[in-house]
Amino acid sequence: MTLDAIDRRIIAATQSGLSLSPAPYAVVAAQLHLTEDEVISRMQAMQARGIIRRIALAPNHYALGMVANGMSVWDVEDARAETLGAQIGALPFVSHSYLRPRAEGWPYNLFAMIHGSTRDEVEDKRQVIAGILGDAARANDILYSTRILKKTGMRISGGA
Amino acid sequence: MRRSSLPPDALDSTDRAILNALQDGFPISKHPFAEAGAKLGIAEEDLIARITNLREIGAITRFGPFYDAAAMGGAFCLCAMEVPAAEFEEAVTLVNAHPEVAHNYERTHRLNMWFVLACETEEGIGRVAKKIELETGHSVLRFPKLREFFIGFRVQA
Repeated sequence: MTLDAIDRRIIAATQSGLSLSPAPYAVVAAQLHLTEDEVISRMQAMQARGIIRRIALAPNHYALGMVANGMSVWDVEDARAETLGAQIGALPFVSHSYLRPRAEGWPYNLFAMIHGSTRDEVEDKRQVIAGILGDAARANDILYSTRILKKTGMRISGGA
Repeated sequence: MRRSSLPPDALDSTDRAILNALQDGFPISKHPFAEAGAKLGIAEEDLIARITNLREIGAITRFGPFYDAAAMGGAFCLCAMEVPAAEFEEAVTLVNAHPEVAHNYERTHRLNMWFVLACETEEGIGRVAKKIELETGHSVLRFPKLREFFIGFRVQA
């Protein structure tokens, strides 16, 4: 999964978004002194390798009414965590789902971010997850965010 | 970023169709708006104008490639701290001062501060976490992802 310097320049030039013009990849090409064909073929290759997950529009879920969200956390039996985690991640209201290590005073290994239009709806969805996990989940909790303290995009530099 | 709902009449059915369709993907080709528009029955210039408007009214946060941060190299780790209320604001300042802290949220739990560290290397994560522990006097619990699941999340517009 190595990226060369040109791939990295393409990433740096596109990570904040594509231009809203008829030939957006030509805009990237002009900026980097590459041909449009090269930008297109390199981006297609990066997509095939999973470096680009997808090219898409990200709806602002707050603007679309999904203003409540909670980080649900579950203590799931290790032997079943992989299979059950995949089922939870596939739910349409879960935006992130990970297995993480437990810690002292923190028995939870499965994290699933739940979105809804109200906190009640988030709690209902939490019950849906509880139903799927069944007796494989020994304990769970949900953490609501009360304040964003910092938010910056993930950035990589354009250099090699 | 807009964090409140748009008025119900802010979007028409075409806007909603665009939001629903383009969450799943957008072509990498010479005329991608023409191509995506053809599938939706929308002319190239109309599609561009509508996406521009959706961005202006705050209905979308991003339009473009989503990169797998880990595949590009670099190390990421979710961290949590238990900070007493009286020290919280001071801790926010100390933690946020590190450029490696990508986001930071206050949450309703004994562990009340949750942030993501983004570093060039795994060693960098350990180094910054230790520094934050020394500066704040509180443990930084580290929750690196062991496994990420495929995400089916879609916002129904």
